[in-house]
Amino acid sequence: MLSVSQLTCQRGERVLFRDLSFALPAGQWLQVAGANGAGKTSLLRILAGLSEPVSGQVTWNGQGLREDREAFHADLLYLGHQGALKEELTPLENLTLSLGMEGFPPDEARVTEALHRFGLQGREMLPSRYLSAGQRRRVLLSRLLLRPAPLWILDEPFTALDVHAVATLCQLIENHLAAGGSAILTSHQTFSLPPGLSVTL
Amino acid sequence: MSGLLTPFRQAVRRDLLLAARHKTEVITALFFFVIVVNLLPLGIGPDADLLRKIAPGALWIGALLATLLGLQRLFAPDHQDGTLEQMALSPQSFTLLIAGKIMAHWLVSGLPVVLIAPLLGVQFDLPARSLGILTLSLLLGTPILSLIGAVGAALTLGVRGSGVLLSLLILPLYIPALIFGAGAVEADLAGLGFEGHLSLLGALLLACTVFAPWVSTVALRVALE
Amino acid sequence: MSTSLINWFKFASPASFYPLAGRLIPWFAAATLLLAAAGLWVGLAVAPTDAQQGEGYRIIFVHVPASWMSMFIYCIMAFWSALGLSFNTRLSGMMTSALAPTGALFAFLSLWTGSLWGKPMWGAWWVWDARLTSQLILFFLYLGFIALQAAIDDPRRADKAGAILALVGVVNVPIIYFSVQWWNTLHQGASVSMTKAPSMAHTMLLGMLLMALAFWAYTITMALTRVRCIILERELTSEWVKKNAME
Repeated sequence: MLSVSQLTCQRGERVLFRDLSFALPAGQWLQVAGANGAGKTSLLRILAGLSEPVSGQVTWNGQGLREDREAFHADLLYLGHQGALKEELTPLENLTLSLGMEGFPPDEARVTEALHRFGLQGREMLPSRYLSAGQRRRVLLSRLLLRPAPLWILDEPFTALDVHAVATLCQLIENHLAAGGSAILTSHQTFSLPPGLSVTL
Repeated sequence: MSGLLTPFRQAVRRDLLLAARHKTEVITALFFFVIVVNLLPLGIGPDADLLRKIAPGALWIGALLATLLGLQRLFAPDHQDGTLEQMALSPQSFTLLIAGKIMAHWLVSGLPVVLIAPLLGVQFDLPARSLGILTLSLLLGTPILSLIGAVGAALTLGVRGSGVLLSLLILPLYIPALIFGAGAVEADLAGLGFEGHLSLLGALLLACTVFAPWVSTVALRVALE
Repeated sequence: MSTSLINWFKFASPASFYPLAGRLIPWFAAATLLLAAAGLWVGLAVAPTDAQQGEGYRIIFVHVPASWMSMFIYCIMAFWSALGLSFNTRLSGMMTSALAPTGALFAFLSLWTGSLWGKPMWGAWWVWDARLTSQLILFFLYLGFIALQAAIDDPRRADKAGAILALVGVVNVPIIYFSVQWWNTLHQGASVSMTKAPSMAHTMLLGMLLMALAFWAYTITMALTRVRCIILERELTSEWVKKNAME
């Protein structure tokens, strides 16, 4: 369970949000809503432990995020705005290498299967610079199938995806929730997921 | 033990693969080193005695500048495409991953310099014994340059005019390595024994290996905020 | 004991430090003037002429205290940096940035006076003497610190990055000094040392001490003045600035 209490975030001189508190139990998902520049990404980055809030606390299963960073990261899968893709490497290489760096066995067969699930057949061995924005996004999302983690934090996961890929992603999130996982996401698109919690900034 | 070093190995492997995909960058840095060192005689004159005297310093300063060239790209591309963020969130030790990146940087930019240095030393008419000492000093010293440089690269990551700033921050910190490294050859020529210089260089390398990756991680976490 | 602890944390907040600094500045400014006047009087009028160096030696009354201060200030910056990184106090970062320009100024002053002293003594404006070279490197370290802070827009990041750099620098300063010393002996550099006066008269020591105290007071005055500006800049939107400081 992720709980957030009295969180205040400031960017430069502007206060983005003040005294934000909520809790996300296992098996639930939370949508962070708000206009552009309301601080959605800033909130997600604080929840992932990348940046520090001005004040307030975030705990995961009762522990502060920085108390045991590596244990928290083992439970967290964060997908940000950027694709974390190297243009000169193929999707297959990109994913196996990043899995390796995260301490998971870089199993090529599983990676290929995950890429296929997101409709990237025949693109596994193509340097990523030839991929379209939507395809890059799908390479990134393939991580969801490869790296088990109870907590997913997804920043605008539906951007640039076609209808088919959106459905695949929703299905994945539903399975994740049914298995007792939790997810936090931001999105401006419409998508169908079972009812969840929401926070508006 | 091997399990502990897995992230380190993986990071080295990844960066070497990336370097292999743009070989030109590696070759450019090496070529830069060769050309800088070769420009010095042109600026100073072909006096063999004088050139032999300045050879260690010239090669060392060339190595310094060549390292600096690659440092700007040590973290910046990974920062831009979000890979660095993913590394910072890895369940594996971020410090070991960064240590792996620094190791890869040395393998790509430092080691070629060490290997080609004897050849350039011959151009300066250095005797065989001095060539050996010089190469040894570069072998011990160039990792120090990569390690200290990583701290500077982390501090200036994503900052305005980071290239020039990086040189301003890092070059003063390179002075001890330069003095002990280039000094080893000169001390030997003066009959003072080179062992003292090299052991100090080794001690410096040890200290940098322990602290620099860790300090770089702290600085990178600040830069990622 | 406990009350002093509370007071410390009370003044660690910019809002309460601002007026305190304002009250302290005139006192330190007055101390600077008095001590500098006394120090200069002792140095220029009372201290005897040096047998070997003539009147020219009197520049050490500025040179030596300036060199001391430039090193002290870097250590103090490192101290504030360590404090700021471990306790996450905002005032520490502000103090570090406020001290840096004064430190750089003293390092420069030390180089300049050293060079002025060197011309008649060594016959050259610049000699690759170990102390002078180390001082030059220290000056570069100050410039690097100031440039790094100036290049980062976000003040919180600037503080933290600056703190890391100051700590890396302070660990390196002794190593650099040692290596330069080593380099100097290897190359048999200038054997005349500036501060190795064979027997320093008591009045000379007194003059130097007075000047050192004057520089201390000056440093504190300038740091407090600068930190007040930094506080205002950073807290421009907060309530207490609007209420009190704008009067």
